[in-house]
Amino acid sequence: MTKSIVSGVLAIVLLAAWPRAQQPTQPPAPQQPSEVATAITAEGGGAPRLAVPDFIALSSDAETVATAKTISQVLWDDLNFEREFAFIPRDVYTSIPKNTSFADVPFDRWREVNADAVIVGTVQKVSAGFRVEMKLFNVRTRQAVYPRQYDGSNARLFAHTISDEIHKDQRALNGVARSKLTFDSDRDGERITGTVQQRSIKEIYISDYDGENQRRVTTGRTLNIAPRWSPDGRSIAYTSYRRGGANLFISNIFAGTLDEVTKGDKVGENWLPAWSPDGTRLAFSTTRDGNPEIYIVNRDGSGLRRLTNNPSIDITPTWSPSGTQIAFTSDRSGTPQIYVVDADGLNISKKTSESYCDRPTWSPAPFNEIAYAARSGPGFDIRVLDLSTGATKSLTFGEGTNESPAFSPNGRHIVFTSTRSGKTQVFTMARDGKNVRQITKAGNNYEPDWSK
Amino acid sequence: MKAARSIATLMAVTTLITAAACGKKTPPVARPMPPPPPVSGGSANSGRPGTPPEPAREPVSVPSEPMRDDAISSASLDDLNKNSLLKPVYFELDSSELSADNQKTLDENAALLKRYPSWAVTIEGHCDERGTAEYNLALGERRAGTARAYLVSLGIAADRLRTVSYGREFPFDPGHDEAAFSKNRRAHFVITAK
Repeated sequence: MTKSIVSGVLAIVLLAAWPRAQQPTQPPAPQQPSEVATAITAEGGGAPRLAVPDFIALSSDAETVATAKTISQVLWDDLNFEREFAFIPRDVYTSIPKNTSFADVPFDRWREVNADAVIVGTVQKVSAGFRVEMKLFNVRTRQAVYPRQYDGSNARLFAHTISDEIHKDQRALNGVARSKLTFDSDRDGERITGTVQQRSIKEIYISDYDGENQRRVTTGRTLNIAPRWSPDGRSIAYTSYRRGGANLFISNIFAGTLDEVTKGDKVGENWLPAWSPDGTRLAFSTTRDGNPEIYIVNRDGSGLRRLTNNPSIDITPTWSPSGTQIAFTSDRSGTPQIYVVDADGLNISKKTSESYCDRPTWSPAPFNEIAYAARSGPGFDIRVLDLSTGATKSLTFGEGTNESPAFSPNGRHIVFTSTRSGKTQVFTMARDGKNVRQITKAGNNYEPDWSK
Repeated sequence: MKAARSIATLMAVTTLITAAACGKKTPPVARPMPPPPPVSGGSANSGRPGTPPEPAREPVSVPSEPMRDDAISSASLDDLNKNSLLKPVYFELDSSELSADNQKTLDENAALLKRYPSWAVTIEGHCDERGTAEYNLALGERRAGTARAYLVSLGIAADRLRTVSYGREFPFDPGHDEAAFSKNRRAHFVITAK
């Protein structure tokens, strides 16, 4: 049995709707509760069984009622995403009397349906938006193990914040509910006059981790592709053709400014920037020496340094979490394969020997993996290479073609593109390949990345 | 790729100097032979080894939609490009090798570029969707670069020829079968100044 320690109510003011892409930097220790004293466990083992009934609207106006309902539904989805808890199905809730405050929670009834914990919340309209109180009750002890109070105005962000904090408190896990995705899309149907026909262009988009709040970032009316979140979640580096050839740009999305990283006449083509873990540098591929080589450059365009020197194609770099190594794609063996090189250009080693591999993406710690797209039949599948054992495994199995993987900040999920539903769309899946969710539906969407 | 470039260069030089490249594998013969029938088409070679070389015929390009010289001179860039006066070359899957057909096409493009020395051209490299979005950016660059190197080997000034790769971003045929893919693996020529 767990002892509950009711701590004082913490007032957490939610600032603007976002950004909150940053996550705490402690290494995640999945499924290792850190505070046994307060963590709710399942009777008989397994995942704790949660009930998340609708939050209680303390006034009957439509806005408050809608906010209360949205919070509980989004909170359910957020908690369910990490699969750390089991859930008492919603249709069971209708048989349980609704409480109107924290004082009359029907614990006996929740116990009857085998709930280990119930999340009870209230939503009160205040001048600046809403005040939300939330208590995570241990159904067996009837004590609140995680009481919190929040002020804000964004219903979804209330839920995302509560989910991340419950995961942190109960499971010692860095949840991703406040993380963001970015990708490029042709959904606007904008076209430029090409040389033979009209050409469909692409713009950079961002969204919440669950695909909500999809918003356009670029308005270049040109090809803008392969966006990558900066580690602080405030900037997106990408490849743009707005100067004719391909060059690296950084959109500072909150400052509303644009940086050009590769400028000038003799810079060749420049593709696929990847942020160093400290956010000060970009690895990318450039043809300034005649063929695609991996370079590193400071984010202001200074300090250019060449990393590879080979007549073959070297492209698609990704940094190790420590910043000491870079993985990339090279066809120096005759076909595109994944290689790893030290950040000083030494010790190049080949990591894959398949028919065709590309888009390596290094996992965050504590996992030591590289996800990539591997040709499989007529298309590609997402595969993961465990660098400590050398073992590889597939996460997709020919459901359409699957490309461009990127890890979630806690390493437990992968965002990727797939044609399994028709057009090319962004999907997320758990690191075991399960729990596949479609993120985008409009147009075609490509080359996603997950904020850090 | 290097081998392809070397062969391309060698063949180009042979064509230019001797104007008699078509019989290069025929063993030498001892006695004079009658001149062969005229060769039609764009290769514009005549004569065989052992025969006195005839005056080389001016290489004549035959555009797919024939345009007279004055029409070419007076046409807008848009019209020239829409009619693909400079013909694209097509590649095999995952390849940037120039086939014999590609070289013939580029020979014709080179002839036009020599006839209109003020033209500047951008060579676009394109790929089909069977490669990844990322690697295709580089593969398209390699395709454009191969075509450019071949034209330079034929004597076209390098500074008239820019390259850009669009990877698989701008398919010419939006289909998802080999008929479409084969059209999308190409180096495409755009006249940017005349």
